[in-house]
Amino acid sequence: MDLTSASINFSIIYPEISLLIAAALILVSVFHKSANRIAPYIALIGIVVSIAMIFKQWGHQESGFFGMITCDSFGVTFKLIFDVTALLSLLIAHRYMISKGINRPEFYALLLISTMGMMVMANTTDLIVIFLGLEIMSVPLYVMAGFAKRSLWSSEAGIKYFIMGAFASSFLLMGIAFIYGASSTTDLRRIVADFHFIMSNSPAYMLTGMALILVGFGFKIGAVPFHSWVPDVYEGAPTPVTAFFSVGPKAAGIAALLRIFIFGFANVMMLSTVFWVLAVLTMSVGNILALKQNNIKRLLAYSSIAHAGYILVALTVGGNDAISAAIFYLVAYIMFNLGAFAVVTLMETRSGCKSDFSELVGLAKVHPYLAAVLTLFMFALAGFPPTAGFFGKFYIFSAAIKSGYIWLAVIGMLNSFLSVYYYLRVVKTSYFDSSDKSFIPVKYSLSIIIVLVITVIGTLGIGLFPQQFLNWSQSALFAFL
Amino acid sequence: MFATFYPILFLFILAGIIAGVFVFLSIFFGYRTKLGRKGDPYECGLKPQGTTKDPVPIKFYLVAILFILFDIEVVFLYPWAVISRKLGLFGFTEMIVFVIILLVGYFYVLGRGALKWE
Repeated sequence: MDLTSASINFSIIYPEISLLIAAALILVSVFHKSANRIAPYIALIGIVVSIAMIFKQWGHQESGFFGMITCDSFGVTFKLIFDVTALLSLLIAHRYMISKGINRPEFYALLLISTMGMMVMANTTDLIVIFLGLEIMSVPLYVMAGFAKRSLWSSEAGIKYFIMGAFASSFLLMGIAFIYGASSTTDLRRIVADFHFIMSNSPAYMLTGMALILVGFGFKIGAVPFHSWVPDVYEGAPTPVTAFFSVGPKAAGIAALLRIFIFGFANVMMLSTVFWVLAVLTMSVGNILALKQNNIKRLLAYSSIAHAGYILVALTVGGNDAISAAIFYLVAYIMFNLGAFAVVTLMETRSGCKSDFSELVGLAKVHPYLAAVLTLFMFALAGFPPTAGFFGKFYIFSAAIKSGYIWLAVIGMLNSFLSVYYYLRVVKTSYFDSSDKSFIPVKYSLSIIIVLVITVIGTLGIGLFPQQFLNWSQSALFAFL
Repeated sequence: MFATFYPILFLFILAGIIAGVFVFLSIFFGYRTKLGRKGDPYECGLKPQGTTKDPVPIKFYLVAILFILFDIEVVFLYPWAVISRKLGLFGFTEMIVFVIILLVGYFYVLGRGALKWE
């Protein structure tokens, strides 16, 4: 190994570095009196610079840091996904944090560091670096979940997430250890190159390792039966943090799963059965438990479990069609889910609101536009055309049918029908229910309006021009491995 | 054959001497009191008796966890120091970046007043 900086190739981590510098500036700014006010702007600049860096990397296929970090279309696409998520979450969070009196600069630094961790996770072919990225992502998330430290719910969410997350990480690490034991390397490219040899030599170690890794990521993306933390954490955490949770770590987990199991260990037949069971359980349990929820955040928590299930369908199927469908679905899901969370956050900015269904009553009379936007997001989540949600599901299920997973597609579609009930219940409550309490008007802020405009355009745009977005997500398929 | 282990023996002896000197120094120069809480068992600043639901002073934990963080810095500095000549300018700049990242954390800790004991 030569130790010259030429093989380091810093240019492939410029997006990460710009996030890190912004986070460092925010942390040092605590000496300043107005740190609370300037922190979101520093974070915003950091994210925008990072996005600009990502566009510079577009189309490059490089690797650096002695092969530990890679830069391929797949990873760069996910970098962009994470940055957009962070940007929208930041805009959602700003006014909420002020209104709840928890607008501290640390929040923005944690958001940036967590996003950086996701990028590291999606841009490597080395299992240890994936683990490193996962930890960089998770540790700030634990703190963010408990960020409203005066609130018992938030503290509970933080502790619960920390314990469950640390538990899951240990599974992942154990899995990596098993795979290392079998193949004596942590680099996926080398493992895949010698795959048949390693598999015939020590199948038990490899399979145990894969199973443990799958458990670790199952926790992170909230797949059933590793989902038990999801509703409590989503309900307790401050709403913008929940918005970030419901897409960011999920996308990162999916990215790592895709790289390890689809690009990497694609030729293990047993895995597709495991994914089949996981997908069916995740879709069904998520949707069935969502039926009885009376809190919107809990409902969206279960719905996010169900959506992870739809993406797992794509992972079960494998192959180029399904992977591009999964990436398409993730982008679409980010748009309408963050949009829905933006509306919920806006509702919760009013004092004393806890996102119960009863608080929605009268929304349509007082804010007809907001109600219309909420309806659009609910339709997208349920998968109605012409929204992005419809085409996301359409591509996933058509890929499943093409590859012969007909029952999986049927179960997925039945689940999709089931979900219509609880999504439309939100619409029904905001339009048709009446109560003796009058609706307290919400105050719009510029940042929330920007988020709503972006997400509405995204939801409708992807729905109206799906082919362009599908082409874009197919271009993300070029990955090392 | 044992000769190769002499440095380790020397390290043991040195560690013993340093630890012993500090213990004896505190006997001679330390300021002692036998009043109040001194007789209680000490566990990280927690009250040894009472219910478990009282608020807990976290000063000790803060200092302890910060100590670990900066101690890790030293753990990384040692192996670098051993081969610093081989690594040359590259290793030096990498280490500077590492120390700067930790310094940011240190300034943050100072800025938030986490090291004030009172």
